[in-house]
Amino acid sequence: MPFLTLTDLAKSYGSTHAVRELNLAVDKGEFVSLLGPSGCGKTTTLQMIAGFVEPSSGSIVLDGRDITHAPPNSRGLGIVFQSYALFPHMTVADNVAFGLEMRRLPKAERQERVGAVLALVHLDAHAGRYPRELSGGQRQRVALARALVIAPPVLLLDEPLSNLDAKLREEMQFELRQIQRKVGTTTVMVTHDQTEALSISDRVVVMEAGRITQIDAPQRLYEHPQNRFISSFVGKANVLRGSVVDGGSGAGRQVDLGPLAVEVAGCTAAVGGDVLLGIRPEKLMLVAPGTGQLDGIVRERFFLGSEWLYRVDTALGALLVVRPNDGTQPFDEGHAAGIAWQPALMRVLDEAAA
Amino acid sequence: MSKNGPIALGFNALVIAFMLAPLLIVCAVAFTPENTLSLPRTQLSLRWFKAVFAHADFVQSFRNSLLLALASATIATAIAIPAGLAITRYTFPGRDALNGLFLSPLIVPHLVLGVALLRLFTLVGATGSFFWLVLAHVVVITPYALRLVVAAVVGFDRSVEHAALSLGASQATLFRRVTLPMILPGVTGGWLLAFINSFDEVTMSIFVTAPSTVTLPVRMYMYATESIDPLMAAVSALMVGLTAAAMLLLDRIYGLDRILVGQH
Amino acid sequence: MRRTPWLLSTPALLLLSGLLLLPLALTALLSFKVFDPATGVKDIYTLSHYAHVFSDEYYLGIFWRTLRIAALTTLICIVVGAPEAYVLSRMTQPWRSILLLVVLAPLLVSVVVRAFGWSMLLNREGLVNQLLGLAGIGPLRLLYTETAVVIALVHVMLPFMVIPVWTSLQKLDPMVESAALSLSASHFTTLRRVVLPQVLPGILSGGLIVFALSASSFAIPGLLGGRRLKMVATIVYDEYLHELNWPLGAAISLVLLLANLGLMLGCNRVVEGAYRKTLGP
Repeated sequence: MPFLTLTDLAKSYGSTHAVRELNLAVDKGEFVSLLGPSGCGKTTTLQMIAGFVEPSSGSIVLDGRDITHAPPNSRGLGIVFQSYALFPHMTVADNVAFGLEMRRLPKAERQERVGAVLALVHLDAHAGRYPRELSGGQRQRVALARALVIAPPVLLLDEPLSNLDAKLREEMQFELRQIQRKVGTTTVMVTHDQTEALSISDRVVVMEAGRITQIDAPQRLYEHPQNRFISSFVGKANVLRGSVVDGGSGAGRQVDLGPLAVEVAGCTAAVGGDVLLGIRPEKLMLVAPGTGQLDGIVRERFFLGSEWLYRVDTALGALLVVRPNDGTQPFDEGHAAGIAWQPALMRVLDEAAA
Repeated sequence: MSKNGPIALGFNALVIAFMLAPLLIVCAVAFTPENTLSLPRTQLSLRWFKAVFAHADFVQSFRNSLLLALASATIATAIAIPAGLAITRYTFPGRDALNGLFLSPLIVPHLVLGVALLRLFTLVGATGSFFWLVLAHVVVITPYALRLVVAAVVGFDRSVEHAALSLGASQATLFRRVTLPMILPGVTGGWLLAFINSFDEVTMSIFVTAPSTVTLPVRMYMYATESIDPLMAAVSALMVGLTAAAMLLLDRIYGLDRILVGQH
Repeated sequence: MRRTPWLLSTPALLLLSGLLLLPLALTALLSFKVFDPATGVKDIYTLSHYAHVFSDEYYLGIFWRTLRIAALTTLICIVVGAPEAYVLSRMTQPWRSILLLVVLAPLLVSVVVRAFGWSMLLNREGLVNQLLGLAGIGPLRLLYTETAVVIALVHVMLPFMVIPVWTSLQKLDPMVESAALSLSASHFTTLRRVVLPQVLPGILSGGLIVFALSASSFAIPGLLGGRRLKMVATIVYDEYLHELNWPLGAAISLVLLLANLGLMLGCNRVVEGAYRKTLGP
């Protein structure tokens, strides 16, 4: 039963279409991420849900109530802003209590609920401090607490982790997910960081130029990107161009890539048509020359800590290969190597190759 | 950033001395026990300060100036807040012209304004009225209050207002509990700066004050053109003291360097 | 929603229209009325006051003196104020803030107090003559001369020059100076070819403000110029309060106002236009 439904939601500024005919249904308790590069319309969509931007057309229905044109102070949503937007002249406790004050809760109840939510985000010791006395990570948690304490039907997060440094971001990702699971609030998060989106969402909504291009669970999105853009925006990809040579029955074709032909499962293109194929660098294996489907020479290698990233020159062009740092001898630059892969892991990106 | 050489520092010292000289001499002479303008050589005396407080005209003028500055600064700030919000928060045709109008008292010489208001007051029978004098001062000092209010509003993180709205605040509550407290330092700074400018104003005031509403600087000017004695120095020293106190207050609330030079 | 900004601006708008625009318009009107020393202002219109002001040697002499004094003050303020701002900007805290404050704080003290202070310093027994006496010079008659007026004007106007130059200096990227030095430029060349061009807009706008304020200054020529050294502001005062020839006074005021406006707005636009290309908005 969808809890939050966006139907044909659109926003244009003059001749610029920021968001076009967006359709999305979010279930209760679900954690959904809107993922895309800047300018794709994800922030505008969030602002329309929050009520700070008036949609040009379409509707937003929350728990059966049409809130498309409702003023932002009547929607009762919990919002964590990118800059946290804490009230600088109020203490942490007062910041968090503000929403409860607006709902005219008696003081005793307010104090109780504020105390509980501050404990949830591990900030109970800082209740009397002012925002300027807190670190970035602490401010972010205050913003979260302020949004959660009002027990909103939906929690909106606008790039909540982008202002934190890398290590802190990682920690906060997991904490955010933990808290959301615990409290069970339906959550919509906007982010341009695909690692973030993949690691904590139930579903990822990829947006490009104002439209949704794919909605899937994280693993499915990663393993089966629906077009070239998504495959390189979410993770790295090796993109290969070829034409279908052999039909065969059912799904599965032979695709001629030039120097060699490969089996591609799940391909339904007509014989003679062009296709775009993709395979993830971690799905390619570096083996001894002559023992794989393809041979090449290692041009460059990069040490990334937990893994090695190789650029290998082959007859198909330069391919990216990722190998875990498992203690075995890494391949040297300038040396010959073979590349092998499981045919089932070669994906079709686009059946009408651009 | 290389450091300043000795010539630069020497030059700087001269400039500093130059800027402080008249203020220091005035404060020094105010303590003289002599009858004439002289530096206190043998002892410090408070006789001239006592003379100031005994001089009915000066006491009356001081009261006038104080009330005038309090009233005009408050009115100026009160009209500067909505005006400042209007020109920073909204885009509309005529905004630049309106902004120009609000700041125009800064480019009209006080002399011309004094003369012009004298004409207006004579025509409407407002000469001698304290109320109209207050309004005249409001015209002159509003740009100072406005500049600081605008600086406060511009440096404001709008998403904080969005946060308050999303938590259910009405527009009135938003202004009262969030916007106003956040722009308060700027508003208070504007008020104080307007106060100081009203208190100091002399050129325009000479034309629009009447015998009953003479302000302190005007009284001082009239006194100085007739007789020169340490009484003048004592009054001046008191004014410097008052200004110094106001500056300390301003620094506490807002930051004196920010006011004089603008935001860094 | 469209009317909200206008509604918010109403109090300020009313006040400024009624007590700034209206009186100025009335004064402009007044300047064209005939004045009879016996009967006062008449309702007949004439250009005679303007003709008088621009042809009579007395008035022309005063305009010339005002212009001269204002120009001299501006020049000194540039020569002293710009370098001072530069020296201050290179200091470290806390001296930087403290000394900047010392230079700018006199702005908050009434001009009457400052002028009086200078009259004490510059009179025959004053500190300046005493110092000159140590060097074997004088005593010089400094008070009630143009020199006294210029000195006091420079004192009052210097902060108005330091502020815009300081602001320009703050916008400079300190690394640019380092870049010039790394490319073998001398300190002087760096100042001349790198710093000065970027600070020029600040100097120009400061200069305009100083000139305009000096030309319309009243209290300083009044207290330090004496009865014989008149400037534009003091003769307006004479016409209004002594001669009671308001129309004439109004005419002179209007000339001053228009000169001010023309200077501020006209030159500002030229300066802004020229620099927008190189330095950006």
